Amino acid sequence: MINAFLQNPIVLELWQYAEVIFFIAIKAFAFIVALILGVAYLTLAERKVIAAMQLRVGPNRVGPFGLLQPIADGIKLLHKEIIVPDSSDKLLFVFAPILTFSLSLAAWAVVPFGPGLVFADINVGILYLLAISSLGVYGIIIAGWASNSKYAFLGALRSAAQMISYEVSLGLVIVCVLLCVGSLNLTDIVLAQKEGWFALKLLPFFVIFFISSLAETNRTPFDLPEAEAELVAGYNVEYSSFPYALFYLGEYANMILMSAMNSILFLGGWLPPFDHPWLNCLPGTVWFLLKICFMLFMFLWIRATMPRYRYDQLMRLGWKVFLPVSLLGVVIISALIVYAPGQSNSAHTSEERHYPNHEEGYNQGL
Amino acid sequence: MNNLLKRAYRYFQTWFLLELLHGLFITLKYFFKAKITLNYPYEKGPLSPRFRGEHALRRYPNGEERCIACKLCEAVCPAQAITIEAEEREDGSRRTTRYDIDMTKCIYCGLCEEACPVDAIVEGPNFEFATYTHEELIYNKEKLLSNGDRWEPLLAEKVEAKEKYR
Repeated sequence: MINAFLQNPIVLELWQYAEVIFFIAIKAFAFIVALILGVAYLTLAERKVIAAMQLRVGPNRVGPFGLLQPIADGIKLLHKEIIVPDSSDKLLFVFAPILTFSLSLAAWAVVPFGPGLVFADINVGILYLLAISSLGVYGIIIAGWASNSKYAFLGALRSAAQMISYEVSLGLVIVCVLLCVGSLNLTDIVLAQKEGWFALKLLPFFVIFFISSLAETNRTPFDLPEAEAELVAGYNVEYSSFPYALFYLGEYANMILMSAMNSILFLGGWLPPFDHPWLNCLPGTVWFLLKICFMLFMFLWIRATMPRYRYDQLMRLGWKVFLPVSLLGVVIISALIVYAPGQSNSAHTSEERHYPNHEEGYNQGL
Repeated sequence: MNNLLKRAYRYFQTWFLLELLHGLFITLKYFFKAKITLNYPYEKGPLSPRFRGEHALRRYPNGEERCIACKLCEAVCPAQAITIEAEEREDGSRRTTRYDIDMTKCIYCGLCEEACPVDAIVEGPNFEFATYTHEELIYNKEKLLSNGDRWEPLLAEKVEAKEKYR
């Protein structure tokens, strides 16, 4: 009876699905745990790096070199009371941090950690990333709205305006890269950099992309949503305990995601700097993590160096500098690809070497 | 022409983010410098020999207390933190029966030690005498003498160092 049931082709197929889903779930769970640990230690790294740049030593009381500090911080945070303000929209108030956090995790689905090491190798990976990171605004604006507090609302408005402004140049820079690669698949984008990273070939766009990703993740010098002198803490003033921890995790996970995007688009993802046997003996994932760490160090380094922009300066930079420059970049690069194939545009030649059927590819990219 | 060059240079500076890179370079330089943090309970900063910390009553090397109950310190104390009562001892010398300092009144000005003709009351190098209650900070003669015994080598050093400036 039971055997007959198990032999049933529909049940067999369902079983297979269940198996696949089970393994994906396990992988995803393991990744989430690793990511949250990474976020925890990123907060420690931030405090240590900034301390070092200010000639201090940073936290060193909890565990050796303060290595248990993030865990102590986390436990402290979780022990606090979840305060939901009386005048808030309670459902949305609770929903907002969940949204922010889950979106920051969802984006990782398409990030390739090594050759073939990706949860979902979809053909529109970069579009998916862009879409998810745009959705991130909703978590923030819902939090600001649901809190029913002036500071939170102003912080949320600033944050939303800022993220939308910089997303434009971010998107256009991505278009520049796509033009050179001819594919929206992140694995293809990495492989197209085998002959040289886009960070060198498209240096100005790398700079624009990096600065925009600072603005996108609300980091200094663009941390206006959290300008404590004006707004107390920004959109998360009213949050405490676990919802606050979710915002915090989401924010830092977004930072790591942005570093990953920077390294995939411009620093050659999991590829070593040169195709040399000594460098190749490190696995690709290690190179990728090293690049992420380097980009994160840049984030922290800039935080320790730059003062905050004024709001109008931030908007001017986004709309009057980055937007025209990246638009011009799109025009120039596409013109070079169409009218000067194989001439002086090294980005294009490398693409041709790797993608003999690039006509098809870049039509898709456009 | 000169003006034009200046403007061109300014544009160059802006577009190549020179100032920002310079700033980043400075913070990177500091990143690798030796840190100036003192791990306080384990490491301590240097103190001047004339530092004015916790009070102590000193003794002569033979164990006799120095204080002769002249009450100059009590008189000079601007915060009126010192209370002294004195009596003649059996051997005919004049000694204190009570020597209290309210450490919560004291302003650590050091006038008491300046006033003392026999270098009996001294403000020592100890500054870590915080307590949980107010009562513990009202020092009596016994406490002050035990402080003196505890810190004597440093106190002697201090008195000697101060001698020049008297």
